[in-house]
Amino acid sequence: MNLHEYQGKELFAKFGLPVSKNRVITSADDVVNACRDIGGNKWVVKAQVHAGGRGKAGGVKLVSTPEEAAEFAINWLGKRLTTNQTDANGQLVNSILVEECTDIAKELYLSAVVDRGTQRIVFIGSSEGGVNIEEVAENTPEKIIYEPIDPLTGPMGFQSRKISTVLGLDGEQSKQFSKMLPQLTDLFVTHDLSLLEINPLVITQGGKLHCLDAKINIDSNAVYRQPEIQAMHDPSQEDPRESEAALNDLSYVSLDGNIGCMVNGAGLAMGTMDTIKYFGGSPANFLDVGGTATQDRVSKAFKLILADPEVRVVLVNIFGGIVRCDLIAEGILAAIEEVGVSIPVVVRLEGNNADIGSKILAESTAEIVSLNNLEDAAKKAVELSK
Amino acid sequence: MSILVDKNTRLLVQGFTGSQATLHSEQSIEYGTNIVGGVTPGKGGQTHLGTPVFNSVHEAMEAVQPNASIIFVPAQFCKDSILEAADAGIKLIICITEGVPTLDMLIVKKRIDELGVILIGPNCPGIITPGEAKLGIMPGSIHMEGSVGIISRSGTLTYEAVKQTSDLGLGQSTCVGIGGDPIPGTSFIDVLKMMQEDDQTKAIVMVGEIGGTAEEEAADYIKENVSKPVISYIAGQTAPAGKRMGHAGAIIAGGKGTAADKIKKLEECGVHIAENLLQIGLKAKEVLG
Repeated sequence: MNLHEYQGKELFAKFGLPVSKNRVITSADDVVNACRDIGGNKWVVKAQVHAGGRGKAGGVKLVSTPEEAAEFAINWLGKRLTTNQTDANGQLVNSILVEECTDIAKELYLSAVVDRGTQRIVFIGSSEGGVNIEEVAENTPEKIIYEPIDPLTGPMGFQSRKISTVLGLDGEQSKQFSKMLPQLTDLFVTHDLSLLEINPLVITQGGKLHCLDAKINIDSNAVYRQPEIQAMHDPSQEDPRESEAALNDLSYVSLDGNIGCMVNGAGLAMGTMDTIKYFGGSPANFLDVGGTATQDRVSKAFKLILADPEVRVVLVNIFGGIVRCDLIAEGILAAIEEVGVSIPVVVRLEGNNADIGSKILAESTAEIVSLNNLEDAAKKAVELSK
Repeated sequence: MSILVDKNTRLLVQGFTGSQATLHSEQSIEYGTNIVGGVTPGKGGQTHLGTPVFNSVHEAMEAVQPNASIIFVPAQFCKDSILEAADAGIKLIICITEGVPTLDMLIVKKRIDELGVILIGPNCPGIITPGEAKLGIMPGSIHMEGSVGIISRSGTLTYEAVKQTSDLGLGQSTCVGIGGDPIPGTSFIDVLKMMQEDDQTKAIVMVGEIGGTAEEEAADYIKENVSKPVISYIAGQTAPAGKRMGHAGAIIAGGKGTAADKIKKLEECGVHIAENLLQIGLKAKEVLG
């Protein structure tokens, strides 16, 4: 689960990290007051969406009058912002962060992730901030430090000093960073983060470290124990079909092809997409219907797939393990009738009682092609999608 | 021989009386697995599926001496259950449950490594040695005693590989589902090492998927340490970047963890690539001659 920048900064502030004085507004009427509350004579206004690349797309602006800020708000609220990290539709702007302007002396990079290799939370720091960190890693790896944190000890002083050196901090800034590192770790662990990124972390004209951006992802397996984070959930930033799927406990990712896929198991679902592509077709989605594939789940899955107007044929690929394929076949038929599926459905059933299951499907009146092997089924689906 | 589990395995089931645990325990018993008891706190003293229920793993240890445990408890209790089994002295723990928080696993992994415990999973189908013992949720009927060792991050893809190798008459030595989470208890490398040393295993099928670099690390290991032929299939060749494909670990992040990178690296290290999942069994047959 992702957070907005302003939510990330709320958490930063809560854990004692330095962020700019700011206000979040959802109506252009509130902008002028927000600027007055913050004070000063320059402000930064930032459209709040779950995507990076906002600056280049016009979603961030430096303004020198409250009226200019209001104009920005009128321009963006309720509109969709398209950046190089969003799809062509962009993301809906529901709120705008108004911040006091920070005078920047230098931009740095700092992030923390759960690293699979070391099986630790790892801090990544670089003296090159405000840019794409993957490019820095590729071109100038010596400018990046990776520092794993032992869960038993937490971050130690020497680790903070190691990172400070690579960031190029002076003595005072190093001292400031030695306070920030435990605060960031505490935030990461307390709220079950999977990613925390400050790009850029800046040194101000006054020589202080300051968090100018905040990108936070939460481990979705742990959201259940994070009530404060749950309240920050913004469904307007998600693909509506993916949100609907999540509510029904189905795993769904929308793609741009025309063959709807319904598969049990995440690995097999990816494998089925690959097989469709292998035979020259294009999958419309990833969908893991789960191990049991009951009528209820299959019905919900059909509804999701058919909500995509591009879909011309549905390929159902079920490896019936413990659940008998004849029961799955009956579930599929009932679901097709319940949902009113009017496009062709290709079904491949494998596992216990697959032959009985196929027979049940073959004898039905629905427009179903039942094939026992995946190769034939995938080829048939590709043919019907053309 | 085989690896990890066989006829001598004495299995304990944690979360024993729940519906999923009951269903799969029945199937395991039917397959011939020796389930010596189970744990459900508060239900100690009862009998379930003809075996005793205990309040704790420690009580079970004393009474029935299990040497392996399988966990079906809900995700929020897995950390506790795994560490309970480890504390009681069980050296092989299989966690089937999906959805365990990643930070829980960071702690669990550190602790089990200290104790020398093998944890399979979480978010996995378990382990089976065909004809001997089934510790998991896989359908027993598709398996056949044989010579191919299978290691996989995905449940149903493992079943595909199993079915194909059974249909071709090769059969399996042991199949290990290491699970689809970012921090698995056991890695490909851990299992590759065991299969290299196992006499019954003549070829190894490694089913990977997008996300992380476990396959790349395994490729390096294979090049240096595995003399048996290894066949690999990587799922997610058509997966978009930045989207979690069902499994918590199956995500291409920051341009890293693509199927193409993994396949390239595996090929460089001498691994036979099944371009498509339909070819896994055929590739195995080809390399075994």
